[in-house]
Amino acid sequence: MSEPAFALDIAGLNKSFDRPVVKDLHLRVKAGEFYALLGPNGAGKTTILRMVAGLLQPEAGSISVFGIDTRREPLKAKSIIAWVSDEPMVYDRLTPYEYLEFVAGLWNIDARTAQARSTELIGWLGLAPHAHERCGGFSKGMLQKVALAGALVHDPKLIILDEPLTGLDAGSARQVKQVLLDKVKAGVTVIMTTHILEVAERMAERIGVINHGRLVAEGTLAELRAMIGRETTLEEIFLDLVAQKEMDTDPAVDAAA
Amino acid sequence: MSFAPATMPWFAAHEWRLIWRDGVAMMTGGYPARRIALTVMLAVITVVLHLLANAIVGPWADAGIVADKSTLVLITGTGFLFWTVMLSQALESVTRAYYGRADLDLLFSSPASSRAVFAVRTGITAITTLLLACLLASPIVDVLAFHAGPQWLMAYLALAALSAIATALSVLITVALFRIAGPKRTRLIAQIIAAIVGAGFVIGIQAVAILHFGNMSRFALLQDPAFVDAAPALDSLVWAPAKAALGDWLALAGIVVVGAAALVGTIAFASSSFGRHAIAAAGVAQQHVAHAYGPVSFKSRSQKQQLRVKEWKLLARDPWLLSQTLMQVFYLVPPALYLWISYGKTAGTFVVVIPVLVMAAGQLSGGLSWLAISGEDAHDLVVTAPVSPFAVLTAKIEAVGVVLAVLFAPVVVLMLFASVSLALITAVFIAISSGSATAIQLWFRVPMRRAMFRRRQVASRVSTIAEALSSVFWAGTAVLTGGQQWLALLPAVLAVITLSVAWSLSPKGKRV
Repeated sequence: MSEPAFALDIAGLNKSFDRPVVKDLHLRVKAGEFYALLGPNGAGKTTILRMVAGLLQPEAGSISVFGIDTRREPLKAKSIIAWVSDEPMVYDRLTPYEYLEFVAGLWNIDARTAQARSTELIGWLGLAPHAHERCGGFSKGMLQKVALAGALVHDPKLIILDEPLTGLDAGSARQVKQVLLDKVKAGVTVIMTTHILEVAERMAERIGVINHGRLVAEGTLAELRAMIGRETTLEEIFLDLVAQKEMDTDPAVDAAA
Repeated sequence: MSFAPATMPWFAAHEWRLIWRDGVAMMTGGYPARRIALTVMLAVITVVLHLLANAIVGPWADAGIVADKSTLVLITGTGFLFWTVMLSQALESVTRAYYGRADLDLLFSSPASSRAVFAVRTGITAITTLLLACLLASPIVDVLAFHAGPQWLMAYLALAALSAIATALSVLITVALFRIAGPKRTRLIAQIIAAIVGAGFVIGIQAVAILHFGNMSRFALLQDPAFVDAAPALDSLVWAPAKAALGDWLALAGIVVVGAAALVGTIAFASSSFGRHAIAAAGVAQQHVAHAYGPVSFKSRSQKQQLRVKEWKLLARDPWLLSQTLMQVFYLVPPALYLWISYGKTAGTFVVVIPVLVMAAGQLSGGLSWLAISGEDAHDLVVTAPVSPFAVLTAKIEAVGVVLAVLFAPVVVLMLFASVSLALITAVFIAISSGSATAIQLWFRVPMRRAMFRRRQVASRVSTIAEALSSVFWAGTAVLTGGQQWLALLPAVLAVITLSVAWSLSPKGKRV
């Protein structure tokens, strides 16, 4: 059977908290693509990604990851997804090696493979000098790198990252970006939200702009430029698109996101 | 009323506002509408406690209290019980003042005096310690004042002095630990001392009662004529707090002066080093300590095994939990000692240890279950893993079950030598009590960081109360079952009702 063309296929997705946060969202990300999801604060980006990762249940619509319906076969979908949030999901009282052993166990990776991958990731991310220290005293950047190593140790096909570069210093941010680019080169799909537009501009193959829970624009940087009819930076395009949409959208839609 | 910024009254007003809001949030679970229900509930509890105290202390007060040596021994012994609880509480609060980072970074980075901050926080520790003591002692004091005269109300002033002394001693212990053990170990040692102090005295006199009198009553020693005779003479200063409580103005003035002087003197002594020690405590989190390790060797484990091993590692590495578990284990010492001493005697005497074990199991299980089920630092990681939620929960419950089995199995095995049936009854009710506490934690689970353990009650007052009640009712059922009484059905029904009410009030169906 051939590999599905889309790593992520979202159709008619809806989610409300005390008010609608995601409204009839349709989004497709190709396999092996680096996709950046942009949007102002409260636009619904995190809510969308949390639904994809299985951390929230949608009210309506479907999410399929490499052809697997995440609601019908959640465990099968989860086995090929990695989720990295801006708050590193790391245990203070475990060392990076212990953490990776635990994560690999959750994803049913055999011990020998997990150990080899962990050693490789720890070296790759510059964590080797701290590999046997408990994570409790680590800086935000180090914790984020441990979390990223955890996300990669089970060799996912789709990596979802929510603001992964928040709080990282330039060196750590560069390491994380490099690891992600290497993964995309190896055929892994990466979907990332970020407020650092320069990162999206330089790394993403396609960019989606979310506002008030809807996809308001999507395409390559060139396509987005063509959309607003100016040769300008992503920042200008983003502000232009968001401002344009603000004028004809109900402002009460997304404060809860 | 407003005070000049950065002065002590200004800090005190700020602290009180935070404490008040924190307290209200804790009691109401963040729902202001619950305030009325809470007020009614507190009023009912107060009345019930006063009625209970009246039943216990009233006849003694009506018979006429003579300030003789035996009375002084009894009051001093009971007062010392309260004081050890106060000292334990104060030690924990003072340690928090040094290690709690919530706003210390802000305060230390401001031009405000760290001495003023310390003085206010220490003073507030003394007051909150006093409030706890009043909460525990007020039914007895009020009943005594009602039956034996208003002079008993002076006991509150005596309590205030004792809380000041407890706070001063806690500060001195903490500063000494900083100097001797360093900032890295001070918190753990202080927590262990707090646990030992909190449980130590009550367990100590219980142990003496078991060894010398063959029963578990903590008052057996305090009422023993030989012990009373051996106590210091009536004019000894040891009796000053008891005399103060009995209405001796001179003794009261004496301990109030001593308490105030101890607190003020300690604040003056320790405030200069507060900033230094608190900053050193903050630095502990930044220290990276590589533990001794051999070559990396990942073990082949199933998903559930990984989850269980992770829970055990985290439980074993949690210093606060360690001290709490230690305290629970201390409470198991008297029953174990009693079993040991009574070995070979009639099996009927063992009935008295059953409720202690069942209660302890319920309480310990509640805390451990919260840590394993709700206190998940990497909640998103576990939820996004390809493991079914059921498998995750069962693995975590199994991890808690194994810990409880390791702790309680030796005592049950000891019981087997005396009475197989009582050992079985104990084992069954330990399982039921801990199972009930775990079930309550499951129904009320709300993902929080493990560091929030102290504030787990915030998530739900109902779960906290239900957990305590079910432990008490199952303990009652166990002891009556052990005594082969049909009355055992009553607490069993109450326990089931408690669990049913907890289930119906739990936020089921609202989670992913």
